[in-house]
Amino acid sequence: MKNSQRTTTRLNNKTALSAAMLGVSALLLAGCGAAPEDTAGSDESAEATAASIDYTGCIVSDQGGFDDESFNQSSYEGITAAQENLGIEVRQAESQAETDFGPNVNSMVTEGCDMIVTVGFLLSATTAEAAEANPDTNFAIVDDNQIELPNVKPIIYDTAQAAFLAGYTAAGTTETGTVATYGGIQIPTVTIFMDGFADGVAYYNEQKDADVQLLGWDKEAQTGTFTGDFESLANGKTNTENFINEGADIIMPVAGPVGAGTIEAVEEANADGADAKVIWVDSDGFLTVNAGNEYILTSVMKLMGEAVEEVISTDVDDSFDNTPYVGTLENGGVALAPFHDQEDAVSEELMAELEEIEAGIISGDIVVESEASPQQ
Amino acid sequence: MSSQSQSGDSSRSVLHRLMGGSTLVALLSVVLSIVLGGLLIAVTDERVAETSSYFFSRPGDMLSAAWEAASGAYIALFQGAVFNPRADTLAGSIRPFTETLTVATPLILAGLGVAIAFRTGLFNIGAQGQIIIGATFAAWVGFTLELPPGIHLLIAVLAGFIGGALWGFIPGILKARTGAHEVIVTIMLNYVAVYLVAYLLFTPAFQNPGSSNPISPRLDDSAMFPLILGSGYRLHLGFLVAIAATYGVWWLLNRSTTGFELRAVGANPHAARTAGISVTKGYVVVMMLAGGLAGLAGVAQVAGTEKVLTGGIAASFGFDAITVALLGRSHPWGVFFAGLLFGAFRAGGVQMQTQTGTPIDIVLVVQSLIVLFIAAPPLIKAIFRIDQKKKKKKSNKPDRSEDITTPTAAGGLA
Repeated sequence: MKNSQRTTTRLNNKTALSAAMLGVSALLLAGCGAAPEDTAGSDESAEATAASIDYTGCIVSDQGGFDDESFNQSSYEGITAAQENLGIEVRQAESQAETDFGPNVNSMVTEGCDMIVTVGFLLSATTAEAAEANPDTNFAIVDDNQIELPNVKPIIYDTAQAAFLAGYTAAGTTETGTVATYGGIQIPTVTIFMDGFADGVAYYNEQKDADVQLLGWDKEAQTGTFTGDFESLANGKTNTENFINEGADIIMPVAGPVGAGTIEAVEEANADGADAKVIWVDSDGFLTVNAGNEYILTSVMKLMGEAVEEVISTDVDDSFDNTPYVGTLENGGVALAPFHDQEDAVSEELMAELEEIEAGIISGDIVVESEASPQQ
Repeated sequence: MSSQSQSGDSSRSVLHRLMGGSTLVALLSVVLSIVLGGLLIAVTDERVAETSSYFFSRPGDMLSAAWEAASGAYIALFQGAVFNPRADTLAGSIRPFTETLTVATPLILAGLGVAIAFRTGLFNIGAQGQIIIGATFAAWVGFTLELPPGIHLLIAVLAGFIGGALWGFIPGILKARTGAHEVIVTIMLNYVAVYLVAYLLFTPAFQNPGSSNPISPRLDDSAMFPLILGSGYRLHLGFLVAIAATYGVWWLLNRSTTGFELRAVGANPHAARTAGISVTKGYVVVMMLAGGLAGLAGVAQVAGTEKVLTGGIAASFGFDAITVALLGRSHPWGVFFAGLLFGAFRAGGVQMQTQTGTPIDIVLVVQSLIVLFIAAPPLIKAIFRIDQKKKKKKSNKPDRSEDITTPTAAGGLA
């Protein structure tokens, strides 16, 4: 990564010069506007701060960064929503490596944050340490349930419920009779998607007496395909190509930004005449992914933004507690995203069934089980 | 210049270097990079973008917004790296400086490893892998063996050094025996190290029992570097190891026979061979030393700051170390101060990000620009109009090779 940055810095003079000229002329053109009356700009911001409350909400990402089109991003959106709706002040810190976790969290503590949201189980140890050392600061950690401290609120999700719906949808829409999934690293927050997906496919087979095959995950044995990290798009692409070659036409990558590799592979396969689709995870991929979102059938959403905003607003109201927030279909913490462009691929019959199943899961008639489900 | 300075005592030599020609280029590179970084901060600032739309009606708005953005970010960087006047207590005020020293520790150690190889004419790009293997060895000793305090730490440090040295030995022996290019071998060994540790962290020997995450158990307290300033700070004894290592490398290079031989190999392997120096041995020895030093950086990570072994234990220290060695002109004390500077960037970058919202990537950009300018001394000289005549005898040769192999005239040692 570093090297590529260095090479791109080495633009040759001509390119740099013409780019500079372009920039300058753009500035010149843009600079012709009229000045606003008085010091409107600063007044406005002063007003905004006057109206806001004295509360600082802070967020620390893991290595994915706040633009990962995945859980860092949705959590970040939650805190910015709180900024808009509640008028709190927001500070953010992106971690570039695991070694940044400690300094970033500590820096937030020194900055006087009222609540520090840490994103991801990787920050668990750091969060626990900082929370113990600073009992007056409240913490919330997304996707981790290991910490039991009075000032730490875990935000976790029973994602298997929504993934079940996705598995059922995939089984109901596949043309080839084969669907696939793969993960980033074999950890509970990833396998919970795959378990739910597998159950959804199995439920479809049982109900319709069908024989839709699932590649990439064996729920019984808890073994499957993993890229080994949440960074390598190339691995995601290779996995997807293999799945498509084996006949899969719907693929669910559970690997954060690595999913972009799947979209790339699907795009190439479809250009060659295939009709493959992607099921995105964490956020509504149709809205967050930059390229190839027309291939996204649906998404298994963890609505972290809402959860983060809710946790902050309860803390603003001084009613913070440390009982875990568990996102379910019932409280809207997890959900299946709308089909958007792919609505034609999903029959009305299937949509009706999905609604029934969702009701069934909420009422407890349909039990979705995963080893990785949050224990309550 | 170099041969003279080396004949002087060490403090004069450092001073000489700080004021000498190529060091001047290094310093100017830093200054210029910071200025360009400031411009970048200003250009990407929202207020600046807002005010630039009416630049011609009231240019002052944009200029002051730009100034505020850049200076605000750098003030935060400084406060996060050196001294924070906003803290309530003195302890809080000096905390940033201790952070800088903490972050600088692995940078200095790994930077020394890269520098010592540079001086022998080898490009050691493998510091990253050497840090990882060193950290792995030290961590294993740290959480598996049960030894009395003191001895435990000593064995862990030794294990880290040996681990790194082993990872340096491979490219060294391959270079010496088969002529395999050390750049390629070290880069590839970085990957091997990354995946090896990723694999190990899923084996029972390394994985924390009862957890499915790829994180090792915590090292025993007896294997941890003691904290120098108490539990309020992260600064640990590893920093003193870095100082000692800097002195050791300086002594080795400038005062010992081995060091003389290494530099002779770096200056001209053919001449060295003719003079009866074993080039093969030189390559192997220096790569083991380089790896060992990087391995110590790994120890500083697991037994100092992180306390557990993870896949990301080396962060990007191994690559930053190359920059540090370049900026330090491959001189031990130069590396030391370059390491401090980069430590300050990293430590201060955190505060800059949280306080002003400036992306931490700016720090990376500044670091990369420094490398760019150091690699192109004529550019710096042209920008600052440094008298070309005065430097003429230096610029006869391409700058970099000259600096890597400074001890061309070994007269100072004779």
